Amino acid sequence: MRTILFLLQKEFIQIFRNKSMLPIIFLLPIIQLLILANAATQEMKNINLAVVDFDNSTYSQRLINAFYHSSFYTIIPTPQSENKAIDLVHNGNADAVLVINHGFEKNLVKGEKVSVQLLVNSINGTAASLINGYTSSIIQSNAQLFGAGNVEIGMLPVHTDSRFWYNPDLNYKLYMVPGILVILVTIIGMFLTALNIVREKELGTIEQINVTPIKKYQFIVGKLLPFWIIALFELAFGLIIARLVFNLTILGSIPLLFTFAAVYLLVALSFGLILSTSSSNQQQVMFLTFFFMIVFIMMSGLFTPTESMPKWANYFNTINPLYYFMRVNRMIILKGSGFRDIFPEFISMSVLAIVTMFFAVNRYKKTV
Amino acid sequence: MKRSRFTDFVTKEYKHIWRDPRTLLIVIIMPVLQMLIFGYVVSNEIKNADVVIYDQSNDYLTNRLTQKLNASGYFRTRVLARKASDIGSAFRRGDAKIALVYPPNFAQNIKRLGHVNIQIITDASEPNTASILDSYARAVITSFMGEISGLGFSSSINIETQMLYNKEMKAAFMFVPGTMVLILMLITAMMTSISITKEKELGTMEILLVSPLKPSQIIIGKVLPYVALAFFNSLVILLMGYTVFGLPLRGNLALLLGVVFLFIILALSLGILISTLSKTQQVAMFMSMFALMLPTILLSGFIFPIENMPKVLQWLSLIMPPRWFLSALKTIMIKGQGLWYVWKEILILTGMIVVFLTISVKKFNIRLS
Repeated sequence: MRTILFLLQKEFIQIFRNKSMLPIIFLLPIIQLLILANAATQEMKNINLAVVDFDNSTYSQRLINAFYHSSFYTIIPTPQSENKAIDLVHNGNADAVLVINHGFEKNLVKGEKVSVQLLVNSINGTAASLINGYTSSIIQSNAQLFGAGNVEIGMLPVHTDSRFWYNPDLNYKLYMVPGILVILVTIIGMFLTALNIVREKELGTIEQINVTPIKKYQFIVGKLLPFWIIALFELAFGLIIARLVFNLTILGSIPLLFTFAAVYLLVALSFGLILSTSSSNQQQVMFLTFFFMIVFIMMSGLFTPTESMPKWANYFNTINPLYYFMRVNRMIILKGSGFRDIFPEFISMSVLAIVTMFFAVNRYKKTV
Repeated sequence: MKRSRFTDFVTKEYKHIWRDPRTLLIVIIMPVLQMLIFGYVVSNEIKNADVVIYDQSNDYLTNRLTQKLNASGYFRTRVLARKASDIGSAFRRGDAKIALVYPPNFAQNIKRLGHVNIQIITDASEPNTASILDSYARAVITSFMGEISGLGFSSSINIETQMLYNKEMKAAFMFVPGTMVLILMLITAMMTSISITKEKELGTMEILLVSPLKPSQIIIGKVLPYVALAFFNSLVILLMGYTVFGLPLRGNLALLLGVVFLFIILALSLGILISTLSKTQQVAMFMSMFALMLPTILLSGFIFPIENMPKVLQWLSLIMPPRWFLSALKTIMIKGQGLWYVWKEILILTGMIVVFLTISVKKFNIRLS
């Protein structure tokens, strides 16, 4: 036990002696959290719409005004030519073009069907379908103003009434912040441990440790524990920032959240150690870690629901530690899930922890 | 002809890279794997979402609605709730993301009162999924309504929507250019900054500095192999995007490759700048990671559209090199426009290179410690 304490002391002294690493550990994650949570939004708030009005009538003006009044749209002044409007999309000044044809008003008054054209920049498919949806619904709701719609609300036999639980304002940040916390804690924990042993190898100090009577498991514990503590601290720090800045309240039990995080970090850090013991220099281990991180993060469901991934991806996720933590972190924080709700995830995580720790101790060899 | 010192130096760097086949392999496989994951795994499309049905009537109409939901392809009945609290527990376990509550005496009330109320409850801890599921459910109910009432719904204004550039709304139009930025940043900026700081950390930089090579030659020699590697990777990504994911190459190929090359140089100058600022590989790595990778992924418009961000971040994105590169890439590749439409981007990227290199030269110490 005393040996481990000495090792811990040594590691902490080394970590805190490095002046440039301290701001990286504490300051950068905060900045990241603030930027990422604000940047990672899939809501459409500002659509630049170019309108080509060939009709130039009261009705067409009324339709254009409807877009002026919507806070989602900025109307771009457009010359009287469809090609020039499309040019605005080419150079990125407009997201969509609405073309109102000649005879718009005349035909509406006669009670005939009219057509308008909507051209949408669809390089980003998600944004395009949102733009299309918003624009269509504004046009359709105005169709009724022109007295031409034949839908009367009172006639509908089935009403629907939508409730959005846990996040009634559909605030995307509430969804992203727990996810970003997972990434930050993982990056700090996994990279620091992964780089640690390799650095000792590169500088040659590992040989000095190898000739001491320290046991393998003591060495591994001495390497794991400091970063485990730092990462848990980082999580607490991140949660406080999230609470202060984004008003994120943890619905579930905080001890449960930290217990799960503690088990998760055992997996993440042991994995970092395994990578570290199997590499010979820092550049190598960094790329190896980066490689696994990217795959784990992309499959974890940070941006997109894992349920819509193909079957094989879901099989892969049963061994993806980030998948479990991403899911459980959101469940506990946002939905207040209790121990019984996350029991299956907890078991899988513990199994992963035992397996990775076993490998971490075994991969480390005191002989060269 | 006698080989120059400079060529020897570049050969040395190549040997360094070749000697570490694992890193090389990762650098080559990474973009391919990333493209495959983006192409086949990450999707916003929702199919077969698990739904909780809390049916308080259980008559022929509600059964028909449930069947219709299942037949739509969007939903799959997972749980038939017996009491209202079953919905909450299914949500908390993560078994379902949407629940429908049918009122008691559904069929009877439709006949007698002429209307009923269905509640759609979604787990909005995933807001986008929730609103998409909500709109799917409402669409199914609306069409169900049309069936049972025999009413057709139509409107007098017909909207002809035309999707420009990406008719099938393929996600590849976003992730292929995005992957390219990510990989180019990773390889050029990150690898060069690390390989230069490595010489510093191990003390071999001093040996190089006392050699007859000029400092600029040392730096150029160090980054040259990475230029080749990065360029090779861009070609692989473009080729894969074109053949596997059906991404068009509408514009001028030479212009496209020119812009790619310009961005590689830019990433290099960033890598050099980072290496002049950091003493150890770890610091260089975390600097490239936090200061470059994450913000450039998120502030470049790769995954999240810039227009929707808060104003401060929109301004911040203006100084992010990948933003301009992505914009130029999309304009040339997908919109098929020429130099006239990307001169601004090219000018900005060139300006950034000049700035980064000037700072690096100012910061570069010929004498270490």
